[in-house]
Amino acid sequence: MANLTKEELFQAKIDAEIKIEPKDWMPEAYRKTLIRQISQHAHSEIIGMLPEGNWISRAPSLRRKVALLAKVQDEAGHGLYLYSAAETLGVDRADLMNDLVTGKAKYSSIFNYPTLTWADMGAIGWLVDGAAIMNQVPLCRCSYGPYARAMVRVCKEESFHQRQGYEIMMTLSNGTPEQKAMAQDALNRWWWPSIMMFGPSDADSSHSAQSMAWKIKRFSNDELRQRFVDATVSQAEYLGLTLPDKDLKWNEERGSYDFGAIDWDEFWNVVKGNGPCNRQRIKARQKAEENGKWVKEAAMAYAEKRRKRQQKIKTQEAAKAA
Amino acid sequence: MQSALFDYTLRLGDTSLIIGHRLSEWCGHGPVLEQDIALINIALDLVGQAKSFLEYAGEVEGKERDADTLAYRRLEREFRNVLLSEQPNEDFAFTIVRQFLFDAFQYPFYQRLTQSKDAQIAAIAEKSLKEVTYHLRFSSEWMIRLGDGTAESKAKMQTALNELWMFTGELFEMNETDEMLIKEGIAVDLNEIKPLWEQRVSSILEEATLTQPTTTWMQSGGKKGIHTEYLGYILAEMQYLPRAYPDAKW
Amino acid sequence: MSKKNWPLWEVFIRSKQGLSHKHAGSLHAADEKMAIENARDVYTRRMEGVSIWVVESKHIHASNPLEQGELFEPANDKVYRHPTFYDIPDEIGHM
Repeated sequence: MANLTKEELFQAKIDAEIKIEPKDWMPEAYRKTLIRQISQHAHSEIIGMLPEGNWISRAPSLRRKVALLAKVQDEAGHGLYLYSAAETLGVDRADLMNDLVTGKAKYSSIFNYPTLTWADMGAIGWLVDGAAIMNQVPLCRCSYGPYARAMVRVCKEESFHQRQGYEIMMTLSNGTPEQKAMAQDALNRWWWPSIMMFGPSDADSSHSAQSMAWKIKRFSNDELRQRFVDATVSQAEYLGLTLPDKDLKWNEERGSYDFGAIDWDEFWNVVKGNGPCNRQRIKARQKAEENGKWVKEAAMAYAEKRRKRQQKIKTQEAAKAA
Repeated sequence: MQSALFDYTLRLGDTSLIIGHRLSEWCGHGPVLEQDIALINIALDLVGQAKSFLEYAGEVEGKERDADTLAYRRLEREFRNVLLSEQPNEDFAFTIVRQFLFDAFQYPFYQRLTQSKDAQIAAIAEKSLKEVTYHLRFSSEWMIRLGDGTAESKAKMQTALNELWMFTGELFEMNETDEMLIKEGIAVDLNEIKPLWEQRVSSILEEATLTQPTTTWMQSGGKKGIHTEYLGYILAEMQYLPRAYPDAKW
Repeated sequence: MSKKNWPLWEVFIRSKQGLSHKHAGSLHAADEKMAIENARDVYTRRMEGVSIWVVESKHIHASNPLEQGELFEPANDKVYRHPTFYDIPDEIGHM
């Protein structure tokens, strides 16, 4: 061991499944990759609150209303756990937030699509959360301790989200003809963006190989995408809904479903800011940050005043005692 | 008696529902992530309380209307919530002041309501009291923090207080419903709550270095179903789906 | 001063009476009261706790991972600290 370089020691630890903790030595590129990935993940949670938040005031029953509220609140919590994990790498949440509102940082593209009907709450829970879980479960074993721990918490809480979505879809599918049509329409609109959520095809994925070696990533984008498709087909059948892909069929040989070509042109355009809601989402975050400024300042000013007052009392008491 | 009890439980349910709905509008837009989460927790508590009261209101009425039917199929003039609860969020200062003025009422009110001779109402109050104790602590601390924070925050808080003050009188207003139910030992005599509220409000305002408004002219109407213009929009949004698809279940 | 961001706090939760507080994560708050309330809202939404500690992150002093060897490895060969180091005849039973 003695003549191994720091890099080799680091990789040996990773290969032995020993977690890396915040103060351990790590290659700068590992730190940067993690900061990028964790903060993008956190941003996705925060931006992800908006399309669903869009329906909280219109949720059609009290039960749906509290369930949706609790779900979107969880997303805020998950964003917070993830920002916390990123902060252990020596960045500040305020800076990360600033990167988000200035458009420097990326987040999951799916949230740049609009939620047009109530059925979108079902489709998002079922498909978008379903895809997210597929991605997130392996992250619970990620090599970086704080990220892995945050993901354990996230995954534990996330399990109700997908069920909630599927239940909405079930109610709609078994409902009136208009409701069923609403569910099918939502599925049509969310299916392709959902399978794009796994990111570009392995051949075009710029960070994949290194992330796999570092065990930040455990499975390739295409592997996870395939698993998601395989899991979802029977769920759609159960609902009596049709996945909008005429090329979708069981491949006996592979023991998996074949599916049609993904429109990567659309994907990259949405990533680059040309989705229907990119500007709207960022604007909403900018506004929240802008409106939060005076609140943050006031709370700090008050905390400072209070500290000084308490100090004064202590000095006076000390003087009295003496 | 039955219709008074129905009216009373509707008032409690509607008030929690509408203010909870207002708070839920913050979801995703809060000034800080941690506060976003806190406001939603309060909203969840309040919508939960609303559900319990409306469920019971439906039972009392005996016309097979459940909590959802009452929440989603009544019109503006049938809502019994206090006007304070429907006032818009405006900014974080307005929201905190509205919440504090309301919590400072709800806390002593629920304390008394746990003694109600109506077992169902007493049970809901009992469960809600724990929640409301936390709400009051949260909103009181924020009153002080923002009132005694910066010049900017103080000005915003004072404006909010001045504008919302005229909706506080209604909290203590009583009508035939109250009279009848007080006699039965079911309702709380709001005259007993008022001094407790005043005490709490003036002590927190003092600590928050805010000035208690001197206006004494108070708005009235919510308890009779005469609302501000805001309620219509809340309901239009909230009730849209059940109204657009009257036969659907969600 | 007032322009500064809210400081970072570490949150420790006791999940039930009888267990020690365990690190749950961190959050930002202007003061300790707010930190405790935020911790309650953020980390105990699903009845995960009965008690909360918060401590401003800057007050935590950590051991240096580079000294892991000198700090922790010396304990490796002190097997006499473990009960199995001592031979006790079977007929004595559990001890």
